[in-house]
Amino acid sequence: MCGIVGLHLRDPELYPQLGRLLESMLCGVVERGPDSAGVAVYGDHRRVPEGHAAVSVLLPPDADTTDLDALVTTAGDTTIVAAPVPLETLVARVRESFPTAVVVGTGHDLTVYKGVGHPRELAATYDLVNAQGWQGLAHTRMATESAVIPEGCHPFSVGPDQCLVHNGSFSNHASIRRELAREGVTFDSENDSEVGARFVASRLAQGEDLEKALLALRETFDGFYTLLVTSADGFAVVRDPIACKPAVIAETDAWVAMASEFRALAPLPGIEHARLYEPEPGRVYAWSR
Amino acid sequence: MESMTFDLSTTTVRALNAELHDPSVKSYEVLHPEGAHAVAAGIDSGVAVDVHGHVGYYCAGMNDGGSVTVHGNAATGLAENMMSGTVRITGDASQSAGATAHGGLLVIEGSASMRCGISMKGVDIVVGGSVGPMSAFMAQAGRLVICGDAGDGLGDSIYEARLYVRGRVGELGADCVEKEMRDEHRAELAELLAAAGLEHDVTEFRRYGSARRLYHFTSEHSGSY
Repeated sequence: MCGIVGLHLRDPELYPQLGRLLESMLCGVVERGPDSAGVAVYGDHRRVPEGHAAVSVLLPPDADTTDLDALVTTAGDTTIVAAPVPLETLVARVRESFPTAVVVGTGHDLTVYKGVGHPRELAATYDLVNAQGWQGLAHTRMATESAVIPEGCHPFSVGPDQCLVHNGSFSNHASIRRELAREGVTFDSENDSEVGARFVASRLAQGEDLEKALLALRETFDGFYTLLVTSADGFAVVRDPIACKPAVIAETDAWVAMASEFRALAPLPGIEHARLYEPEPGRVYAWSR
Repeated sequence: MESMTFDLSTTTVRALNAELHDPSVKSYEVLHPEGAHAVAAGIDSGVAVDVHGHVGYYCAGMNDGGSVTVHGNAATGLAENMMSGTVRITGDASQSAGATAHGGLLVIEGSASMRCGISMKGVDIVVGGSVGPMSAFMAQAGRLVICGDAGDGLGDSIYEARLYVRGRVGELGADCVEKEMRDEHRAELAELLAAAGLEHDVTEFRRYGSARRLYHFTSEHSGSY
């Protein structure tokens, strides 16, 4: 079991409140995944100023970041490195300086946080309540397939400004992993969800949009899944064709939100007048800015 | 005191359910459920409970004699394993509403998602809207009335439950077939609709049930599963 929440804001007046809203949603799915939690925030200019590229990275202990010549924020186990240089340059600089580090997110707008422990305490180390931005998602994890370590946390962010969170398990991920590897795709972990993220990233890299990429995923992947996938301008949800894992969507003029359970949506402003529905099995729901 | 109010923004579900299991009054109002799980589960007397807001998993589960009304939506497992009494919901219900329920009446004024009435064992379920795929899967006894449409796989591996559908039906499940609507069926359907407070012309409904080919596994039927 895992918990998923995501919030895509339509009303810019809510941008300063994104972190506070996302934190209250995350607290609504703690019981679904008490062993670790990951968060992604889009548009947090505190940590990624306009015109900067950003790399979210799990650094080895006692790593010295002073030579990176960048804006560095430490948030629990995660470090955010931002600099006004091309994204590839910054990623290369981080990888060169810390060859054993695990890069967990890259982009021009994206910060990704991962850690092991109680989700509420982790959210405090991420300073989530003070995050701002236009879109965010979070995942609470009850691991079933791989180890409880920060690297195993969702979201999986394997393409620029992309994130995928997964509740469920894929059953044919090993064969899809081999096919992607033949095409030159490399993997960071043994996690089944990473295969889903790599598959979506390769589709997006071929020019498909989120909706097309997820339709292709539905045709290719077997297993149980509710997925929330985000990109530089999009937010999309899909469930497996027999809908093994829960999901609720709520929409108002001010925001679109999804969560594993309604109780994570209950704190949102205007929820009492939101259009509430369960995404149908196998159907892709997508929104963009 | 005739009625007691529990505000779940300041009281726990555990405190509410402890009171409902040893009731000191006849009727209860529950405020701010905010999607909490197991609201009003395990009632075993004739108390009336009105819940104002959306509830989480297993609301009114195992109900035996209580009358529970939810003014909102419900998550997975609404009234699962109900024995007797009435559960009514004004909004939509998520998956597996009325699962394994032995008796009583479950009224869903909105729609229900997948697996409504899965393994039902004697409950009556009336859905004002539509139901999702795989509803009445392995249904053993009771009646399921659907005033809207039914998704694919309706009544898969059904035993003796009777299904009435007013709208479109997707692909029927294994061993589920359309059956003749006789007078006794129109009469019981009219009773169920009246009990649910819904007005529909019974002649607009069709009846489905078991073809009774899959009661026992035989190798020549293996392709039907």
